Amino acid sequence: MTDLQKRGDRSPVPTDWTYAPAPESTDIVSLQDRYELFIGGTWVEAKEHFTTLAPRDESPLAEVAQAGPEDVAAAVAAARDAYRSWSRLPGSERAKYLFRIARILAERSREFAVLESLNGGKPIKESRDVDLPLASAHFFYYAGWADKLEYAFPNRKPKPVGVAGQIIPWNFPLLMLAWKIAPALAAGNTVVLKPAETTPLTALLFADVLRQAQLPAGVVNIVTGDGRTGAALVDSEVDKIAFTGSTEVGKAIQRRVAGTGKKLTLELGGKAANILFDDAALDQAVEGIINGIYFNQGHVCCAGSRLFVQESIYEPAVEKLKKRMGTLRVGDPLDKNTDVGAINSQMQLDRINELVAAGKEEGAEIYQPPCRLPEKGYWFAPTVFTNVAQSYRIAQEEIFGPVLSVLTFRTPEEAVEKANNTPYGLSAGVWTEKGSRILWMAQRLRAGVVWANTFNRFDPTSPFGGYKESGFGREGGLHGLEPYLSFDGAETFGG
Amino acid sequence: MAKAPVLPRGFELPLKQRLPRIGSIDQVAVEQRAAELAKRSIKKESKVWALELAIRCCDLTTLEGQDTPGKVAALCSKAIRPDPGDPNVPSVAAVCVYPNLVPVAKERLAGSGVKVASVATYFPSGQAPLDVKVRDVEDAVALGADEIDMVIDRGAFLSGRDAKVFDEIVQVKHACGDAHLKVILEVAELGTYDNVRRASLLAMAAGGDFIKTSTGKLPGAATLPVQLVMLEAIRDVYEETGRKVGMKPAGGIRTSKNAIQYLVQVHETLGPDWLTPDLYRIGASSLVNDILMQLRTQKLGAYQSKDYFTND
Repeated sequence: MTDLQKRGDRSPVPTDWTYAPAPESTDIVSLQDRYELFIGGTWVEAKEHFTTLAPRDESPLAEVAQAGPEDVAAAVAAARDAYRSWSRLPGSERAKYLFRIARILAERSREFAVLESLNGGKPIKESRDVDLPLASAHFFYYAGWADKLEYAFPNRKPKPVGVAGQIIPWNFPLLMLAWKIAPALAAGNTVVLKPAETTPLTALLFADVLRQAQLPAGVVNIVTGDGRTGAALVDSEVDKIAFTGSTEVGKAIQRRVAGTGKKLTLELGGKAANILFDDAALDQAVEGIINGIYFNQGHVCCAGSRLFVQESIYEPAVEKLKKRMGTLRVGDPLDKNTDVGAINSQMQLDRINELVAAGKEEGAEIYQPPCRLPEKGYWFAPTVFTNVAQSYRIAQEEIFGPVLSVLTFRTPEEAVEKANNTPYGLSAGVWTEKGSRILWMAQRLRAGVVWANTFNRFDPTSPFGGYKESGFGREGGLHGLEPYLSFDGAETFGG
Repeated sequence: MAKAPVLPRGFELPLKQRLPRIGSIDQVAVEQRAAELAKRSIKKESKVWALELAIRCCDLTTLEGQDTPGKVAALCSKAIRPDPGDPNVPSVAAVCVYPNLVPVAKERLAGSGVKVASVATYFPSGQAPLDVKVRDVEDAVALGADEIDMVIDRGAFLSGRDAKVFDEIVQVKHACGDAHLKVILEVAELGTYDNVRRASLLAMAAGGDFIKTSTGKLPGAATLPVQLVMLEAIRDVYEETGRKVGMKPAGGIRTSKNAIQYLVQVHETLGPDWLTPDLYRIGASSLVNDILMQLRTQKLGAYQSKDYFTND
């Protein structure tokens, strides 16, 4: 019995439960030392190259081509060539290729997810559970429309537009590629795509998916490079420009395209309001607010970066929010337990630092939960500002980082007024148990998407896009086809 | 027109929302959060730690009409020394039986530190007069139970008689004396997460030391979202009053992987303070063997056949 007694009393009680590292292996990805330009179905050597980094430790991953104006022109010419046969292919044939691409992406999703996290810095759980499934779903969805365009737009004689120049950002590199390429190809266009300067690798790997899918040469061309490459693409002989990125660059593109007859869609910045009413399911709302701003380190154009809390629950809401921030796991993007990964680039980190410094200077109260950030790489702790006035820069400008500004309101009218008081209008969130209030708010909020009791939810069937300086044109859903079609027998530049 | 009744002196209209607010639960969001937390990847030493903790928090349970002293005695041996081949595996927290079998368990577990828990209050339905339920508790305590697992009157709760539910728990708590009281909500009969939250707050306000999901007699017992709702209620009570109430999911937790998911949720909702048998229990019967198998796998690097683990 003494033996038992000892056993019973023995209490090996460690005080803390630290999760052991659970890194996703990078073996599945094999990178080349150097990547060239994907033009006309082959790799074309460029004159200049630059290094692309892993933001988690600043280690170089590969050399990537810097496409000059003549490279871009060659890519556009290849796309123009391919357009002749691609646009005349029956929709059902185009659909076969898109279905193939969708399936191959799904099959190779782990490889793509690892590369996306490696090159972009986002947590592997997000690239694995969000970016990849959605990218594949987009191709599946638009594959379904390819032979039904006449039914999608009855009596309007939909025709492809021609060659589309597509410029995508670094926050969802592969997903934005899918958003752009899938509807363009379904509608019968060909494409020249320029991935973001800091995150070109998944787009380059995507070229291998196109090879596997046996997509005809020149239907999709990929030219990498910095802003100069983008400018060259805007100025080139394309029929349409689709751009996702900052409002500043969007305005510049609009100026350059003016008068050229090129079609244009812009999906730009945002400063979304998350509006929390005092009757909301509080714990779930806090969860949604956390997801709204710290998902993908806040590198989301529709991030809920302004939180409006009804004053009657201000204290408990902020208290819960801060507590929840303390349990966010910041660190190696490739660790499966990481909630918040690395900032995408030094440039972006500088921008976040600048605005956070401005917030402190203007008198807002800053809170960051204690967390140890890795020494190498680009990192920023989850941050919340309270005591923020509508006039502060952190309440006005898009920070594009894990920084939340908390403001208050008293009545629904005031919430709408404050939420709309911004040049942007991409998205908004409403948190309340009252169904009628959700509808009332949704009618008045000037934002392309209004989420109710959730945030950052995407589906290929649902159109996405902005009001005001958040851009124009819609991506996703039936609406997402329209920018890639001309109607009623209008002449197209291509063909 | 009838005159409004005069309010008693000192009566304050309950217009101000106070914490913990009864509040509400968003079903979609709570299930989404639970699913996300379930994806945590727990490896190596942190896994071993979690598995040993799961054993330390286990209420090894048998609640059958066919329970005999022999069956309970076997269970008690297992409770004290779950893995005879490995003395490093800790004892479980308690053995949970019907009142009649409390003396057998008490004798077998004497000196081991493993507690005896008894179900009471007309378990599992709770559909009996209050004095019968109280007597049931008193008997179980007199027979030596260290802990009482009571059921709430779901009939009263679902018909809106919250006060009756509350009063019963208060009386049962009184009858428990020094014994710890776990209040079973039987979530499968409550129907909504809102009800689970309301019942959780009610049970805590009435003096329950633990809130427990289920009797284990119905399908759809403990689930991850249900536990999350209950943990959040516990957190709200703690934030407001400083009182730490324990949590016990029961029914349906059969695998190590599942047990770790429950522990992760506790860890990331209430924090490390709750990761102790004093504040967290898992009601289970078949879970222990699966954990033993996993522990040995961690140590040996390979799975062993089920025949290496005793069926009790």
